[in-house]
Amino acid sequence: MEDKNQWPLYEVFVRARGGLDHKHTGSLHAADARMAIEHARDLYTRRQEGVSLWVVRSTDITASDPTDADSLFEPARDKVYRHPTFYEIPDEVKTL
Amino acid sequence: MYTQGLDVQGLEPAAPPDAALLEERFLKRVDAEEKIEPKDWMPARYRNTLIRQISQHAHSEIVGMLPEGNWITRAPTLLRKSILIAKVQDEGGHGAYLYSAAETLGVSRDQLIDQLLSGKAKYSSIFNYPTPTWADVGAIGWLVDGAAIMNQIPLCRCSYGPYARAMVRICREESFHQRQGYDLMLQLARGTAEQKRMAQEALNRWWWPALMMFGPPDAESMHGTDSQRWKIKRFSNDELRQKFVDFTVPQARFLELTLPDPLLRWNESAQRHEFGPVDWTEFNQVLKGNGPCNTERLAARREAHARGAWVREAAMAHAEKQRLRKTGLAA
Repeated sequence: MEDKNQWPLYEVFVRARGGLDHKHTGSLHAADARMAIEHARDLYTRRQEGVSLWVVRSTDITASDPTDADSLFEPARDKVYRHPTFYEIPDEVKTL
Repeated sequence: MYTQGLDVQGLEPAAPPDAALLEERFLKRVDAEEKIEPKDWMPARYRNTLIRQISQHAHSEIVGMLPEGNWITRAPTLLRKSILIAKVQDEGGHGAYLYSAAETLGVSRDQLIDQLLSGKAKYSSIFNYPTPTWADVGAIGWLVDGAAIMNQIPLCRCSYGPYARAMVRICREESFHQRQGYDLMLQLARGTAEQKRMAQEALNRWWWPALMMFGPPDAESMHGTDSQRWKIKRFSNDELRQKFVDFTVPQARFLELTLPDPLLRWNESAQRHEFGPVDWTEFNQVLKGNGPCNTERLAARREAHARGAWVREAAMAHAEKQRLRKTGLAA
């Protein structure tokens, strides 16, 4: 499906500030990864939105299928005991 | 995820037996204000409406670089030149965000560009008007970007995730565009008599085309109902146009400039402005390609695309060479 003349698609991840995760921001076309970084800088960080960039070829990403969402994520829904709020601790007990 | 490769799997089969059920489930999600994402099932009409709207929007941003780009080399000060370059660069960026959002629906960038260059796709009629003076740059920022913001803010809540997210980013940047335009108009309006006249003339040129940007009256709009049902569009053309007039009248008064509409008046009981009829014949003519600059704009885009062809090819050839060198297949 990839047209020979069309630059491939890259997904762009931006770290907004030191200490934060890189977050998916958008996508762009570039001939190679180096150009993708340069374009990402021009396209997604014109107003100091980031201090670090990741780019990855879109075709290299494997994503879960939305039709599988129920079977993937539903089983966690009835496991309330995984959360600290499930446990009622008497008021007398402190710092727990 | 904005991935194009993945979207292809998302294209629905020709006639799924449970199409009615899928559509019902889709509408329920839209009603619940859930976002629809690229790989989710969606009706073909929803997909096509979005491709049309998002790509027209992208084309408008790209063609929209031309009227103002016209003044970059002749901006009166270095600061105004820097501002204008930043604004035009933003428009290019907005076009790129929007093309990416459209591509998540399974159409390629090349197809979209072809549609623009072949004249098959539409873009906002406003960009087919000329910018004969420096004041037009101010009037465009204030009125055209102002009208665009009015249209775009509700799109930040559009049901299609990638479009909504692109609009959030665009709206954040668009506010600078409107404010620099108003600032420019203010400077001219408070300048010499000649500068003030220039500002007034630009306002006269852009006022009616800006009102046309909201599209045909609700009674004649082709795309209204479905788009509202799908929560792509939240307000009707006439509602947004009215809001724009109500916002802009006091801004014009502060500039001590006159809006070119003798029928414009405040309606106390309705708490809104009444304004004269928009010339929809002109709008339709411009849309059909008979505006003052349609030919020039398309010719400029075609020329830019053709002149960039060798750069696109060379970049790919270079990337391929680097890849081969890295994998040790070439010297």
